[in-house]
Amino acid sequence: MSVTDSVRAPGQELGEGLLPGLWRASAARSSVELKSFFRNRQSLVFTLFFPVILLVVFGTIFTGKVEGTQTDFRQVFMAGIVAAGVMSTAFSGLAINIAIERDTGLISRLAMTPMPKSAYFIGKLVKVVVTTVLETVLLLGIAVTAFGLPWPSTAHRWFTLGWVLTLGTVTCALAGSAYSAAIPNSRSAAAIVTPVFMVLQFISGVFYPFHQLPEWMQNTAALFPVKWMAQGFRSVFLPDAFTVVEPAGGWELGRIALVLGLWAVGGLLLTALTFGWRSARVR
Amino acid sequence: MVSAAAENDPVAVTGLNKRYGEHLVLTDLSLRVHRGEVFALLGPNGAGKTTTVEILTGVRRRSGGDVEVLGQDPARDPREWRARIGVVSQSTGAYPDLTVGEVVRQFAAMYPRPLPSTQVLDMVGLGTYEKKKTTELSGGQQRRLDVAVGVIGDPELIFLDEPTTGLDPVARREAWDLVRFFSARGCTTVLTTHYLDEAETLAARVGVIAGGRLVACAPPGELGGRATTSAAVSFRRSEALASRELPELPRGAVLEPGPTGAGDLVTVLTSEPTGLVSLLASWAEAELPELIVHRPTLEEIYLDLIDQHRQQPEENK
Repeated sequence: MSVTDSVRAPGQELGEGLLPGLWRASAARSSVELKSFFRNRQSLVFTLFFPVILLVVFGTIFTGKVEGTQTDFRQVFMAGIVAAGVMSTAFSGLAINIAIERDTGLISRLAMTPMPKSAYFIGKLVKVVVTTVLETVLLLGIAVTAFGLPWPSTAHRWFTLGWVLTLGTVTCALAGSAYSAAIPNSRSAAAIVTPVFMVLQFISGVFYPFHQLPEWMQNTAALFPVKWMAQGFRSVFLPDAFTVVEPAGGWELGRIALVLGLWAVGGLLLTALTFGWRSARVR
Repeated sequence: MVSAAAENDPVAVTGLNKRYGEHLVLTDLSLRVHRGEVFALLGPNGAGKTTTVEILTGVRRRSGGDVEVLGQDPARDPREWRARIGVVSQSTGAYPDLTVGEVVRQFAAMYPRPLPSTQVLDMVGLGTYEKKKTTELSGGQQRRLDVAVGVIGDPELIFLDEPTTGLDPVARREAWDLVRFFSARGCTTVLTTHYLDEAETLAARVGVIAGGRLVACAPPGELGGRATTSAAVSFRRSEALASRELPELPRGAVLEPGPTGAGDLVTVLTSEPTGLVSLLASWAEAELPELIVHRPTLEEIYLDLIDQHRQQPEENK
């Protein structure tokens, strides 16, 4: 097609059907999202490999059974680090990524195009799902082959792994996109996101048996999704006998779904209220 | 809502106001941009050029007045309308980890009838950079990528906010060619610039914004009464010419006050410089030393307009 000799008719109108659909715009965004993620050393190291490093280091250090059970603490930790991995890719990674894109002007530039606004979020979700699945495969692969974590023993447990992972990913991604509104600029992004990530891991029973934490810490952690994801993953990998030391005396799968679901709805509402398509200074 | 006037004028602004709290940044600004023309907005930094462009492109909300761009209120921001306008904003975009070609193709996917990516890259002079990472581009090349992203959708109306700032003289002329290319396609262009030569070369009409008001709006040759202001004819009165008395000046021509003796520069203001030069030539019967016929440049007119505005008391405070 040559454009140099074609003269556009003045005021030519667009038919409704001629605008590119959501699918094409979402495909273009998803492709760019994945390329950017895997080409960026910073996102690979901090988002993808950081939980892997934690797994290898602490998996090597931790020994011994959890008091009152026949379960290795190492296995409890493995279940917890999968939850931390979900938070790393879906929450931290996404919140920092959106803050950077707001700073570089990408978001306002996309808003200048006829792109359906949802295509941006679909692209993010595709990136988050792909990277979270990859993260989980990496963590579980290492945990099973190097540290003797058993595969889920029943179909029911596989099913639990599936829905906790899916719901946890969506929840963390929505919370992350809402939290990005609290980041004033890309330089401070890591400083504003990482402490939340680290503190929640510690109080949610990733590095220390949850039931041995002070009660106020347990109650605080119960307000956030990481504790519930970790508990869900414990139900997938640990024997049912472990529930004797769970504070609730059971896995509480229904409550896990409820809390994660509430966070997903809250994150969605907050994102809808706070997400800015213009740069921060524009009123 | 499409009014009859908007069908002819892609941009129609009437009584536009923009205030931040107590501070009024745009005051009763009215302008029309005609279909197919290149319209340049001039003005000092902070005068309100970018604010105006941002309101026209739906990025900022106005505080008052009527704005129609391609027959739509930009604040409504429908997708069909977005597909018809192209925007190159003042800040340069950054696309870390992507190649030039990937960036342009991503934006092309958002439009119903995009121009071919390779052709747009050739047009902005990035044809050989398609596979380069955007982070390897120079500042001027990144600016060209901004332009490519802005026009990839083959817009009917293009907004260029200081498109050539930071470009070297060769790249600036290439950017001008690009504006002419889209103009030849029947595209309407609104551009802001600090370069008066750019406005004079490209624009059919020029609007000057100062202190949030449109203080002048006319073709570059007529701005600020430029077409009707007097030309200044000057020459140096050499020793040979000192012995002759100055000729009687034609009606309407005025001798500028000052010494006119031997070796002095004589300046006469006239609206008919051709006749005056002919009269002086026959009077001197020889070459007139240092003869100059000077008409006010766009820059002089512009600086004069800005100066006049500064001297006016601020009425809106």
